[in-house]
Amino acid sequence: MAEAHDYKAIGTRPVRPDGVDKVTGRANFGADLNLPNMLHGKMLRSPHAHARIKRVDVSQALAMDGVYAACAGGDFPTNERTTDLAKNCMARDKALYHGHAVAAVAARTPYIAERALDLIEVEYEPLAPVLDVDEAMADGAILVNENLHTNGDASKPASNVAAIVKFERGDVEQGFAEADVVVEVDCRVPTAHQGYIEPHACTATINEEGEATVWCCTQGHFDVRSLTANVLGKSVGEIKVIPSEIGGGFGGKTIIYLEPIAVKLSEMSGRPVKMVMTREEVFRATGPTSATHCRAKVGAKRDGKITAASAWLAYEAGAFAGAPVGPGCMSILAPYDLEHFSIEGHDVLVNKPKVAAYRAPGAPQAMHAMESAIDDLARELGMDPIDLRLKNSADEGTQAPYGPVFPAIGFRKCLEATKAHPNYTKPKAEGTGRGVAAGFWFNIGMQSSAEARLSEDGTVTVVEGNPDIGGSRASMCLMAAETLGVPYDRVRTHVGDTESTGFCNVTGGSRTTFATGLAVVQACEDIIAQCKQRAAATWDIDVEQVDWADGQAIPKPGVNVDANPLSLRDIAKNAGRTGGPILGRASVNAQGAGASFSVNFADVKVDRETGKIDVLSFTGIQDAGTAIHPAYVEGQMQGGAVQGLGWALNEEYIYDENGVMENAGFLDYRVPVASDMPMIDTQIIEVPNPSHPYGVRGVGETPIVAPLAATSNAARDALGFRIADLPLSPPRVLEAIDNQADA
Amino acid sequence: MAKVVFPDHLLQQTGGTKETTVEATNFRGVLRALEKLWPGIEETLQKTAVAIDGQIYQDAWLEPVRPDSEIYFMQRIEGG
Amino acid sequence: MSRVHVTLSVNGEPREMLCEAHQSLLDALRDELGMTGTKEGCATGDCGACSVLADGRLVCSCLMLGVEAEGMDITTIEGIAQGSELHVVQRKFLEAAALQCGICTPGFIVAAKALLDQNPNPDETTIRYWLAGNLCRCTGYDKIVRAVQDAAQELAYEA
Ligand code: FES
Ligand code: FES
Repeated sequence: MAEAHDYKAIGTRPVRPDGVDKVTGRANFGADLNLPNMLHGKMLRSPHAHARIKRVDVSQALAMDGVYAACAGGDFPTNERTTDLAKNCMARDKALYHGHAVAAVAARTPYIAERALDLIEVEYEPLAPVLDVDEAMADGAILVNENLHTNGDASKPASNVAAIVKFERGDVEQGFAEADVVVEVDCRVPTAHQGYIEPHACTATINEEGEATVWCCTQGHFDVRSLTANVLGKSVGEIKVIPSEIGGGFGGKTIIYLEPIAVKLSEMSGRPVKMVMTREEVFRATGPTSATHCRAKVGAKRDGKITAASAWLAYEAGAFAGAPVGPGCMSILAPYDLEHFSIEGHDVLVNKPKVAAYRAPGAPQAMHAMESAIDDLARELGMDPIDLRLKNSADEGTQAPYGPVFPAIGFRKCLEATKAHPNYTKPKAEGTGRGVAAGFWFNIGMQSSAEARLSEDGTVTVVEGNPDIGGSRASMCLMAAETLGVPYDRVRTHVGDTESTGFCNVTGGSRTTFATGLAVVQACEDIIAQCKQRAAATWDIDVEQVDWADGQAIPKPGVNVDANPLSLRDIAKNAGRTGGPILGRASVNAQGAGASFSVNFADVKVDRETGKIDVLSFTGIQDAGTAIHPAYVEGQMQGGAVQGLGWALNEEYIYDENGVMENAGFLDYRVPVASDMPMIDTQIIEVPNPSHPYGVRGVGETPIVAPLAATSNAARDALGFRIADLPLSPPRVLEAIDNQADA
Repeated sequence: MAKVVFPDHLLQQTGGTKETTVEATNFRGVLRALEKLWPGIEETLQKTAVAIDGQIYQDAWLEPVRPDSEIYFMQRIEGG
Repeated sequence: MSRVHVTLSVNGEPREMLCEAHQSLLDALRDELGMTGTKEGCATGDCGACSVLADGRLVCSCLMLGVEAEGMDITTIEGIAQGSELHVVQRKFLEAAALQCGICTPGFIVAAKALLDQNPNPDETTIRYWLAGNLCRCTGYDKIVRAVQDAAQELAYEA
């Protein structure tokens, strides 16, 4: 593999190809498409957090002037194979959370549709809801789903616990017995939302032959296609999905909510139907991520060697099984090389919206618990928290707690970089606290396709299938330019719809630059191979005798031919004469996504009068593998850090006793604003991933993992005692200060 | 014989066996061999990820398996 | 329902539109005039994605009625560039990679331009407080603030 400094395009910071359209308002996002004759769809949502649906009658709504279609659960195929996702899109016999969709209408204007919702009659039998993870796990708890048995074991009574997962090594009891110091943290992290600024939106139309077209904002239009087909009982081939630009997702737009409903309403009305969620609907019925209750325990010798660690994790899944507790268990101890540990995780149903992926799903909550405990351990031992981590850190060759052996990873480098960082070596200011935490995410590969098309003038159009959520077109162009040996501006990248490009899994899991990037590189290599053939034919030599360098075909040294190098442009111009258009293709199921480790640290100040915590400085250090476009790598690190800080300091779903979210808007669900935050300092560590031609690891998720514990540890340092639960919002901090004073 | 290790939450399907060995030249062969031992387990295992000699695969059907390979089944990772 | 005839100027051009009485200026711009550059993130005045200038004043167009724009001069994101020349704020956003998904970008650019129009030399704190009504969930604000600083610096240099 080439060293980073050999690259011409990779590592530079050019303007992204879709940039101008996005700073001028030209770029089309999910809600920006309007079609002639289009109707507007609206959803009726359950006013109960838990209720049996006895009857839904849409006839009065349908009778209203300007209303053209109405549907409810009974209009969708329902049998024993009906997926949870289908039931989440439209409730059948039970409404499982406040805001669960129960019916929908399509009307000439959004206002008419809104009013028509009032005419839909739904007869509910309200049931008591179960609203938090401890309550849901207790004996005799109200059941969200009477047919659910833990780990599918029908010999046991029904339970809200969908699954228990365990990871163990060695003898944890013995490990704790060997310890000189043992610390334990018990903490809760509330429900938080991805908080993308663009609400979910789609427009759908279907013709008389049942062929549907869907325009929507999504992280993965191929998944929208298959999931929509599933909910409607259609074949995948009957649905075409065209992705718009996407206004943020963070995992929350990897699944569907509106699309099958819009198609159904279009089918009923014979007209295109647009559906756009309100912000309130986004909060009540999409995302969020799991609220959790975690216990972490860690023991060590006086010298800092950790002898044992254990964790107990309980994650709310929402109304259907599938909390990200598995990844939580697998990540919680990933930074460390341990002989004895045990981890047990629970996936627990409650009457809240079904959780969706949120940036490194499951890891921030789990690692908040363990990294808080590690911090307490460092205090007990009187050790620097970085030295403690260095003493126990995982490295190349360490067997990860979840099984495999790490190849080259950058955790130690991140720790060493932290120790040397000016923000860390400088003494903290009077009255402030500093906190450190480690972060980790696996990253994934999966399936991607790409085409690289050589145009007549030698420019290249790359077509791939991953919506560009944060500059990926620019990264694809950089990798293509690097591979082909041409300048960045000779390449354009286009995100194709489900008919114009090959299958790609979602933009998520930090996989796009890694896996789709791999496909793009291979598609460009395919172009090079064909160009060499064309050059060989032109020069009348064997293709083995042709080299490719700096964007041109040249005869290999020693090949005796009187020929000038042929550039991409020369070859393109003559492509018609040498065999026709040149089209490179590749499809991959990329394996070997490289894990990305991080170390974050924060300096905070606590106002003891108001309980408000100010973040004075924040530093993120992360092994990103090779940074293809460093500005967008930094952007991921900064954005993830601020999301993590928001979660640590303020963000939480507040429910009343009936399971109604009380703060379903940006005014009361307060995400960080510019004046809350300092600049976010970043340092990219580049330990190339051996499984990618340019060493890409995947960047986007790890940044949200460490800020929770880093903030909590910094507050601990400033306050002199730990507040284990999040968020560290002014009321909680103030109460803790008062309690401490009383004690 | 390649070594196969199951995570604890799959032990219910293997009657408590945490570790076993199988004869196979690729991962698909491993799945077939395990299905013979515990009928029905293949369906579950298709939904997991696997680490073969330290390398994680989400889909590993055709990956070669050596006689001294170590195979760990693990949860599939998705992402945001 | 009867609709109201509204005459206004949008990006310096005289326009007319028929608005429903309860329709926000944001919806009127997007649905009646087809100008979808102005975005909706909340419709409750909390995110700033819908920022426009109304007679030069920065407002959330979701909080104004279309009918209230009668006789007004509205500037939207589509009117920030001069012909084929990007405004310096737009250029600096591109160069500084101050957008990731880009949904908040029109609002930020309109707001930042409004700031620089009245205060060509704001310090970091002023920029952060001025932009506190605009939410960005992707960038963590760092590169946005830097882009505005860069734009101010270039304006100062040119002046
Ligand atoms: S849409 Fe107007 S402030 Fe959010
Ligand atoms: S760039 Fe996505 S919200 Fe700001």
